Parts: sequence; structure tokens; C-alpha cells
Amino acid sequence: MRLLPFIASAIVTVGLVAVLDTQLPIGATKSPRLGYFLSPQHGFWKNAEKVNTNFDASILANELKGNVDVYLDDRLVPHIYADHDEDAYFVQGYLHAKFRLWQMDFQTRVASGRLSEIAGADKLSIDRFFRRLGMVYGAENTEASINATNPEMKATVDAYTAGVNAYIKQLDPADMPFEFKLMNYAPEKWTPAKTYLFLMFMSYDLTGRSATTDLQLTNTRDYLGYDLFDKLYTNNQDSLDPIIPKGTVYQKPSIVPVKPAKADSAYLHQNNAVAYTNVQSPEAPDKNNGSNNWAVSGTKTKSGRPILCSDPHLGLNMPSLWYEVQITTPTHSTYGASFPGSPAVIIGFNDSLAWGVTNAGRDVLDFYEIKFKDSTENEYWYNGKWNTVTKRTEVIKVKDSADVVEQISMTHWGPAMYDAHYQNPQSKGRNLAIQWTAHNASTGVETFYRLNRAKNYDDYIKAISLWTCPGQNFVLATKSGDIAIKQQGSFVARWNHQGDFIMPGDDSTYAWQGIIPNEENPTIKNPARGFVSSANQKSTDATYPYYLGTASSFPLYRGISVNKHLIGMSNITAEDMQALQTNNDNVFAATARPALMKYLQVDKLSPDAKRMVTEMTNWDLNNGVHSKGITVFKIVWDSVTQAVWGDELAGSPIPLTKPDDFVVLDQMLKDSNWSIADDIRTKDKVENFKDQVTLGVENATKKLLELEKENKLEWSLFKATRVLHLTKIPALSRMNLPIGGGMNIINATTEMHGPSWRMVVHLTDEIEAYGLYPGGQSGNPGSSYYDTFVDSWAAGKYYRLLFLPKEKLKQHERTKWHIQFNKA
Amino acid sequence: MKNNSSEHLKFVVSILLCALLGYALGIYGNLPWWSFVVTNMFIALLIIQKPIKSFMSGALGIGLLWLGLAFVIDNQNHHILSVKVANILPLKGSFQALLAITSIVGFLLGGLASLTGSFMRKK
Repeated sequence: MRLLPFIASAIVTVGLVAVLDTQLPIGATKSPRLGYFLSPQHGFWKNAEKVNTNFDASILANELKGNVDVYLDDRLVPHIYADHDEDAYFVQGYLHAKFRLWQMDFQTRVASGRLSEIAGADKLSIDRFFRRLGMVYGAENTEASINATNPEMKATVDAYTAGVNAYIKQLDPADMPFEFKLMNYAPEKWTPAKTYLFLMFMSYDLTGRSATTDLQLTNTRDYLGYDLFDKLYTNNQDSLDPIIPKGTVYQKPSIVPVKPAKADSAYLHQNNAVAYTNVQSPEAPDKNNGSNNWAVSGTKTKSGRPILCSDPHLGLNMPSLWYEVQITTPTHSTYGASFPGSPAVIIGFNDSLAWGVTNAGRDVLDFYEIKFKDSTENEYWYNGKWNTVTKRTEVIKVKDSADVVEQISMTHWGPAMYDAHYQNPQSKGRNLAIQWTAHNASTGVETFYRLNRAKNYDDYIKAISLWTCPGQNFVLATKSGDIAIKQQGSFVARWNHQGDFIMPGDDSTYAWQGIIPNEENPTIKNPARGFVSSANQKSTDATYPYYLGTASSFPLYRGISVNKHLIGMSNITAEDMQALQTNNDNVFAATARPALMKYLQVDKLSPDAKRMVTEMTNWDLNNGVHSKGITVFKIVWDSVTQAVWGDELAGSPIPLTKPDDFVVLDQMLKDSNWSIADDIRTKDKVENFKDQVTLGVENATKKLLELEKENKLEWSLFKATRVLHLTKIPALSRMNLPIGGGMNIINATTEMHGPSWRMVVHLTDEIEAYGLYPGGQSGNPGSSYYDTFVDSWAAGKYYRLLFLPKEKLKQHERTKWHIQFNKA
Repeated sequence: MKNNSSEHLKFVVSILLCALLGYALGIYGNLPWWSFVVTNMFIALLIIQKPIKSFMSGALGIGLLWLGLAFVIDNQNHHILSVKVANILPLKGSFQALLAITSIVGFLLGGLASLTGSFMRKK
């Protein structure tokens, strides 16, 4: 042996292996293990799927009761035909895993505060937030309750879990999804708990905004004082067109919530000035998480049959939250969008009816301020005595670092989320317990299970009566001709403003006084106007006997736009409904532009500003892809509102809640001398709307000229809508999509948010359904099915959905592949 | 001349064996990606060549294996994934650069492994 050369060469070889087998730091993130990642038999090349892959397969599984046939159509949508219900969910789990395993893992990691485990201490603040919010606690409650009381749902979730695990078990590590390789970790077994965690995350996404906004609103109130606050954040929406038409008579409430005697001084007008701390919490769920849905009755359609439409507006991500599927068993046949992570179809139709959901926006999460006896936080003051907490331990594993242990004091309200160990700038050093309906055991899985099988209105009511959180507006249309909408969830019977702000936690009179009985939740069936609709606006006018929550939770203008269009339509076809879902009319600007022009002192404007105003006044009030008028309008409006209330909020050390657009617009329409319009920083002058609109246009012009230089005045270039990969890596995302729409628009597509699934169902004898989502059936960035639908989605096109019995589907020209599952 | 042609044969056989065994071990997804380092060393140990030739046979064996596999995969995939990865890595979206880097990694490590093996044998 040539010793020295051998040693040298061995060291270099081993050293190179070691370097290529290590994640190297790149900025804040880490590279994959390069040697592994580049290895054509192990790394990412294995995920580069043949463009003409044959998906035919034959799979043996001993968990099955019988055989299952799956046919994949040309869009890679599986049509599952099973002899037993549980087998169908087994196969659904298997297919979710086959096409979306990484996303299922990642989303439940976020929900359960386990990102640090794979990404390191960087993600600790997000993990701590979700742990302390009680995400795992809520999911555990649901799991325990379903295991103890609901054998049918337990069997369903167990079958689904077994399907996911059957896929994972046969998965060669070299074939695991791309992102596992990129982030250097491996899939782990699925559990029923993960399904409940995923659903818990949906509760967070749709009702958890309050966990941030309640604190922010409290701080805004503290900063401004209640009287000024009440002007800028009024709950009074003059132009509201509620889900249940105005004038509907509501029955006498069975609960009459009583406002605590001293609430005005001890709660509403309370003022807390406490030191700020500096910890970041994750971004709150998007304010625009919402949706449209509506159904028109046969009296308004060309065919005489109802048409139902549903488009949930959520963060636009790849892989998509949605996965299309048909499930057919002897008990039912259903089609629609499912959640990878959960069994059954979530928004869809079956051979009797169709359903869809929008977010109710009701406040179901409150904070209570806790006084602990001492730093052990073992006892807290409540109703005149010290009460003992129980301690909940949450262990957060951190990659390359020691575990972080959260000891959470559990009060009778719920977890003490904020305490001496956990603060952020908005909690201001206070101990805050959180009470949230999502913490309670949920039967949500069963709602969808029953809707998948529902035959008529009564079945639908029974199915949705099991729904607790997040509160939704469930729309229905049946083949037999019924249309209906019901706002359903566990809604707190609140007195006015109860829970808008942090409440005193030592006094039982501030407790929730009951959950509104299901029969009293806003409902309407077959109304005279021939349609039902919802777009996240307040469900009722002020005659409804319960408090709905702050007006800022209820966008106003999309609902007005939907109803205005539906009232004017007749002889409706499915194509008309597609056109309405992708409609770009701006009803907000239709009112706001004349209001601006009323106050604008054109003669005082610079030539550039005049040119911009002309662009705005010539605009056709449509948020089209190429429109420049909307860009000008938006920037002018934002700049005017900033001039109106920016001075009031400017001195705060932490971000405060922005007043809603409707507040400023309503005042512009009725009072030219609204006191807020005055710039409080100019002591010798009292400004009014005339001054602020003119100033706003000049300020906007500066920004608009810059945009013009960058050639970004066209709406879609300015808005730059994107569908982001869950890691936010641009190369895996679709950027700068040519799509119009926007906030307040039926086509509610903003920068990273919008219609995440569009569906139109015409309830003819053989159902005629259309739909798509901005993504693709495969979650693999190396598949040609990864982003299949994105361009059609942006262009406002639809696919005809194949919903057929087995024998017909098998022979259909669009059917491409067959996966056969046999009992082993 | 005879000597020379047997040297050629050794060289070619070494390349083929490195590629073949490297590929065979690569089929087992549970084995580490660098398993070929071990087989290359053994091949260099058994087939005696000059160190430089050992290096080149291991380097070409693995380098060409990786290049060939990646090239075939990439073509069948119409560069869908390679362009994305070449944007993440930062290679400005060039799939050619990504193929080059892939084969260079295989080349270098394959060569070093064989070189180490050849030094193990020689007096």
C-alpha cells in the first residue's frame, strides 16, 4: 500500500462525501444534501416524471374488504368505484398520498407546531404560536370524542389513514416527493390525529384571525379612546345587502344575552397602557379569506332546473388545498373538491343535489385577561377566589438544537396563551386566556360524510346541524328544485360588542351565555326572488336578535354585486353562471369614484395629476386584466383614505387596525365635514374631504408616475397575482398571472389570494357540472400535471366535470388509466 | 502491444464495472447515494491500473452513468423539473448546467473513490 497517497486520497474522498452529504447554509435557509439531491437514482431526478407516464397500476392491500376500481381521466381526476364505503376512503387516502403526500405532511406540521423539527430554530416562533393557541389541544379533543362516541366516523377516518399508510409503506425512499428531498427529511406515518389537525387548521384559517385582530382592535381602542374608535370602526353598514334579505322576520331568541352591569366602564371604555415587547407571531389569516356561493331556482334558469355555484376564496397555493375526486359506492355517488388530509368530498355534488360553502365570519374566539397569584402561574383570580390551573406540556423538537418545552396554564376559559413566557407586541405584557369554539370536540367530518350522501333538503339540514367550526354559509340546490342557504356553526349568543376586545377574566358575567340553537341560525329556503347567495357579508340586518361581530369581519361589496347581478338575470344558463363567477365589475368604485369627484378640486391639480384623473374618470369600472383605470383608482383611493385617517393612527408604536373603506365612503356620501378628515397635526387649519381628496390625488400621482415608468400601470401587471408553492420558492410557483378581479370584486383574485376552486353545477337529470382550481392534480413539481389548470383558471375557462356511473365512465373517451385495488 | 491492449481492456472493463455496480446499488433506495464509492474502491483494488487510469475509469464510470441517467430522465420529462431546480440552485434555469453539475459530482467522487482503491493495492 502506498500509505501517504492512500491516506490523502481517502481523506479527500471521505471529505467530499461528507460535504456533499451535508446541508450547507445559504443565507437563512439550507441547501439540500447536494450529492444525494443530484444523484439520478436517489435525488430530485427521480421526481422528473415522464410526460406521457402510464398511471395504470394494480395494487394489493389486505386492509380492503373488497375490490376497488379507479379510473383516471385526462385531467388525472380519479373516479373511485368501491363496493364498500370504507374501501372508498382507503383508496381516497392512498391516492391523496400518491399525489399529495408532502403537502399533507407539511400542512399538518404547520398546524401542530412542528416546523422547527424539520427547519430548525428559525420556525420556533410560528410553532410556539400554534402550540399556545391550542391547535393540538383542539384536535385531541375531537379525536377523543370521535373515538368514544362515533364508530362510523372513526371507521371512516381509520380507513382513510390506512390508505395513506399503505402508500407510504410501499414507497421507495428514492421515490418520495421532491420537497422531502429538498428540505432533507422523510415522510412519517399518517394518523387520525393528523386529519383532525388539518381540519383544525381550516378552523384557524377561517376563524383564527380574531387571535390577532382582537388584540389589535383592543390596542387601537386603547390608543384612540372608545369614542373616536367607535367613529372609525363603526359597525353600522349603510349599504348592507345581507344574506337573508332585509325585512325577514326573526323568531324570538331563546337566549337573551345580558350585558354585565359595569361593561361600559370596565370593558368598552377600558384603557390599558402597558409596555410593549418584541416577539413576532406568524401572519394572521388573510382578511379576504371568504368566498362566494349562490343558487338560482328553476324559475330563473333556461332549463327550469336550479344551478348552484361555489367559489371559496383562500390563499392560492401549490400544491393546491384541493384535489378533485369522484367517489361511488352502493350507498352514494359524489364528486367534487376534497382536502388531501381528510376523507370525503368537501365542496361538490352527488346524484341528488349540490352544495357549497362560504365563510360566516362570525366571532367565535375571545381573549380574557388573567391575574395569576404568583410567578408559578398555578392559580388565577376568578369570581372572588383563587382557582387552580392544570398544566399542559407541549414539547417542540428543534432540528440541530435542544427541545423547547411549553408549559401552558389551562384555565376554565381555555389555554392561557399569553403569559410571562410568551408575549408579542400586541399582547403588551398581559396574561391572556383564549376561548375558542374550535377547541371543542368537532363533528365536522361527519357533516361532509352526510352531505356526500344527502338526498334532499332535510338530509342537508341534518348533515349541517353537526357543523360547529368554522361557521359557514351552506348553500344547497337539489334536482327536485329546492334551493336554500343556512349559516351554520356553533355561534356564541353575544351582547353588543361582547368579545370585540379583551374581556376581564376574573368575572363570570363576561362569560359566553350560551350557543345559539341551530334552529335560530339564519336560514332561507326557496325565497320569492328565486335565488339565495352569500359573499361573507353580514348574514342578517340589525333585526336579528344576536350580535354578529365587528363589521370589519364582513366585506360589504361583493355581496351587493352578486345580488345586483342575480336580480337582473333570467333564462340563466351554466355559461352565464361561469361568466358571473369571473365577473370583474367594481361596485365599490361605482359609488366611490363619484364621491371622490364630488370633492376633487381639479383646478388645483398638477398636469400629471389631471392626466391620471382623466384615466380614472374614463375607466369603465371593470377590473379587467389590461385596465389602467382601476390601478389609478385603487392608488388614489388608498392615498385619500390614508390622508383622512392616517394622522389619527400615526403616533402608535405598534401597528393598529386600518379602518374599513366603507366607513370612509359612507361618510363621504353624507357628511363633507366629517371630523376625522381634519389633519390633527395642523393646528391652525381644519381640513375637510375637499382638501384630503385633492391631497390624496397629488400623493397618488407620485406613485402612479413611478408605476408608469416601470410599465406597471396595467392592472394584472400591478397586481401580479401568483400561486405560491407552500415553501414560497418562486421557481415552484406560478408568478405574474394575467388575471383581473380584486378586492370587492366577484372574481376576488388579489395578489396571492382568490377563488381557490370554482364550481358551477346545473341540476339537470344527468348533472352538468363545471369546475377547476388554480393548480393541478399532481403535487409533484416534476409532473406535467403539476400546474395543469392554472392558465385556464386565469383565463376564466372551465372544465366539464365527468360524473358518470362506472360502465359509462370506463368507456368514456376522456378516461385514460385504470388503477385496480384488490384484496390481498 | 499485447500489454497495451490488455491495459485498454482493463480500463474499459473498469469503467463498465463501476457504472454497472454503481447502477445496481443505486436501485436500492434504502442504501446511501454514495454506495458506489465502496464498489469503485473494490474494483480499483481488483483491477490493477496506474492510479491515474484508476481515477479516470471510476470518474468516467460514475460520471457517464449519472449523465446518461439524468439525460434520459430529463428528456422524457421535457425539462419540466430540471428548469425549476436550475432556478432554485442558482443556475439561472439552465438544465444543461444542471446536467453538467450532476455529472461532475459523479465524475469527481467516482474518480476519487477509485483512486483511493488503487492506492490501497499498490506497494
